[in-house]
Amino acid sequence: MALEINDLCVNCWACEPLCPNKAIYSASPHFEIDPDKCTECAGDYADAQCAAICPIEGAIVDELGDALNPPGSLTGIPLQLLMEAAGALEGTAAKVSSS
Amino acid sequence: MELPVISNTAESGGGGCSSHSCGSTADQLNQIPDEILQKVFNHPCYSEDAHHHFARMHVAVAPACNIQCNYCNRKYDCANESRPGVVSELLTPDQAAKKTLVVASEIPQMSVLGIAGPGDPLANPERTFATFQMLSEHAPDIKLCVSTNGLMLPQSVDEIAKHNIDHVTITINCVDPDVGAKIYPWIFWNNKRIKGREGAAILIEQQQKGLEACIAKGVLVKVNSVMIPGVNDEHLKEVSRVVKSKGAFLHNVMPLIAEAEHGTYYGLTGQRGPTQDELQALQDACAGDMNMMRHCRQCRADAVGLLGEDRGAEFTLDKIAEYELDLEGAAARRAEVRDRIAAELEEKRNAKAAAPAPKLVALDMSGLATKEALRPVKMAVATSGGGVINQHFGHAKEFLVYEASEKGVRFLGHRKTDLYCSGGDTCGDADTTLQQTVKTLEGCEVVLCSKIGYEPWGMLEEAGIAPNGEHAMEGIEDAVMAVYAEMAAAGKLVAPVEAPAQSAA
Repeated sequence: MALEINDLCVNCWACEPLCPNKAIYSASPHFEIDPDKCTECAGDYADAQCAAICPIEGAIVDELGDALNPPGSLTGIPLQLLMEAAGALEGTAAKVSSS
Repeated sequence: MELPVISNTAESGGGGCSSHSCGSTADQLNQIPDEILQKVFNHPCYSEDAHHHFARMHVAVAPACNIQCNYCNRKYDCANESRPGVVSELLTPDQAAKKTLVVASEIPQMSVLGIAGPGDPLANPERTFATFQMLSEHAPDIKLCVSTNGLMLPQSVDEIAKHNIDHVTITINCVDPDVGAKIYPWIFWNNKRIKGREGAAILIEQQQKGLEACIAKGVLVKVNSVMIPGVNDEHLKEVSRVVKSKGAFLHNVMPLIAEAEHGTYYGLTGQRGPTQDELQALQDACAGDMNMMRHCRQCRADAVGLLGEDRGAEFTLDKIAEYELDLEGAAARRAEVRDRIAAELEEKRNAKAAAPAPKLVALDMSGLATKEALRPVKMAVATSGGGVINQHFGHAKEFLVYEASEKGVRFLGHRKTDLYCSGGDTCGDADTTLQQTVKTLEGCEVVLCSKIGYEPWGMLEEAGIAPNGEHAMEGIEDAVMAVYAEMAAAGKLVAPVEAPAQSAA
């Protein structure tokens, strides 16, 4: 079993020093986890450390591809708003209602 | 982040650096003890005087963060500690130290290096302290500062005290966990992510402990707070009292920057930032308890140069790598520049002290028909320095705001014209730059500048702000008082309580 970092990663380095197995390394375009070394922190910590500090929802996934921090779980931003924001980004100029 | 000066205290009598913007430091710092003044005299962020002469820079070596703030989106730099949407180039400690040494060779006015992010410097202790270590060794004259959310501060104080770090900035947005729960969704603590009120309570406790530990070690502490209307605005008065009682020397209240396109919790949920008036009112309310910093320009996390300019683009990694350092020569040049500037500032200060009470233009009330109280008026001034009105309205990237009243003139703060989105790139149909600028001046009744174009003139008038180009090249305070006197004479200043009825005798 091993976790994986996907392309949502912003390369913030937060996870790298925390890994008890030194499985995380800086790579391009984003950090990677060596699947042979990753234990998901079993035996070391109650929570996988990389997922416990990662600020980006969805950037760390398990072997099934499920996000350890699903959308909205960290920021508390309602899903509806997240989807609207993502849609606005994909389209051209976001229509921004000045708040 | 970056910032200049402190503001006046409430008693406006003293005048000063334009009365505050460009003359004397002492007046602005008059609640600060001498030994601290000595430490910050050449810090461009703290002295409006110094910022015209000394340069500072930030290096982005600290990418990781250990908390989440609702005004931050980690896909960008922190929106409130640096300007929104600007991703800075991450440097290794070696690169950061070399860059600092190169800049300090090329710009002999360099006096301060800060590490402020883009994450939290103390969440990246190896990178942060490795950078400080190299600089303490190779350029001991450069002052070092660090800006933190405070979570790891108690553990870091000993290390901080070892280096040439002359002050620490802690961002403290609350001292009450219930307020904190609305600002911080989680923190990372003891190998766990802790959410909600519980996390906020730990953060607050660590911040306060860290503040106390710094003071105990003789490290200066400045406190930054982000003003979030409806969340912590009233509460910040309490924060100001608490941090002052524990020994922080300066409090810098900054406006929340939240726009939907930043993708932050506050941005997407429609949390608004404060208006300029609300910000100033809060700063005024806190000023009774604490030295307030009003010149903070919320610089980028990788800014380089004098405040208000950014020469970061000149120092590319390639250029830095090739550059051959002459450490001794550079240090000698800096020492020379520093001594010269110190002498100039000293001379100015002495001249000021010797002069009769600074130009507090007494308001000539003789022409007035009524004895009723006059209301205060805010005026914006376009200046490029030197304490005079010498800038074209359209060229002004920021305005200095003064309040004129019967008691005199006092400096309130800066208003930047480019702080917020100016349309174009990111938000299709936003206001024009000019509209934004006019909006920035909300609450001011007059704009003093050297010249102004026809179009802005009309827009300002429409917005109820009187453009005035009649005092070009005059001293700011004299001009502000002169305009105030004119307004008084024209009967525009009678407090709006009741109509003045006394007719002229």
